[in-house]
Amino acid sequence: MARILVQQENFNLSEELDLLRAGRTDMGAFVTFTGTVRDMDGSLNSMTLEHYPGMTEAELARIAAKAETRWPLAGCTIIHRYGTLMPGDNIVLVITASAHRKAAFEAAEFLMDFLKSQAPFWKKEDTGGETKWVDAKDSDTSALDRWR
Amino acid sequence: MSGEAYELPDEINTVAGLLSHLVSRGENFATVFKDTKMVRVAVNQLHARPDHPISNSDEIAFFPPVTGG
Repeated sequence: MARILVQQENFNLSEELDLLRAGRTDMGAFVTFTGTVRDMDGSLNSMTLEHYPGMTEAELARIAAKAETRWPLAGCTIIHRYGTLMPGDNIVLVITASAHRKAAFEAAEFLMDFLKSQAPFWKKEDTGGETKWVDAKDSDTSALDRWR
Repeated sequence: MSGEAYELPDEINTVAGLLSHLVSRGENFATVFKDTKMVRVAVNQLHARPDHPISNSDEIAFFPPVTGG
C-alpha cells in the first residue's frame, strides 16, 4: 500500500524517507524524486495548482498500484501539493523503496511519467500580473509509450 | 471547477454522444467541446474513452489535458 497525500502544505523529504524506512531492514534501495516550481527567466511571480478532489487521490493510488504489480516494491510514497506556490517551492515528491536499485529507479520514473499525464492537476502561471494556464506537453504523453 | 445536475436525453448513452450533444447547447459550449483533442473525460472519477457508457447517476467530468507533476 502506497502512502498518497494531496495537500497544500510543504513536505519534508527527510521525514518522509524516515517514515518509509521505519522498522524495515528488507529495503536496500530508495529512490526519491522532488519536483519544484521552476522559474526559467525570473519572470514568474507564482504558480497555482488546481486538482480534482476525490479523483486525484484515487488516480494516484491507481498509478501506485500499477507500479506495485510491475516491480517488487517494498514501499512507495507520493505527495503532491496544490494551491499557490512560489518559485523554488516543492510541488511533488515520489519515493520508491525496493530490495535492489533497478526496481526503485524504474518505478520512480514510471510513477512520474504516469502522474504527469494522468493525475488531474492543472498549473496556472502568474508572470508579471498575467495569468495563464500551462499547456500540456506532447512529450509527457509520449513518455508513457516506453512502459507499454 | 464548476458543475451541474443534468438530465441526459434518452438517446445519449456514451461519452462521445454527450460531447456532441453539449456542442449544441450554445456558443460557449460549442467553443469548449468542439476541439475534442483538448477535452479529457472522467466518468465516476476514472479516465474514460469516447465509447464509455454513461447514465444519469454518473459523475462526468470534463477537463483539459493535465499539467501536474
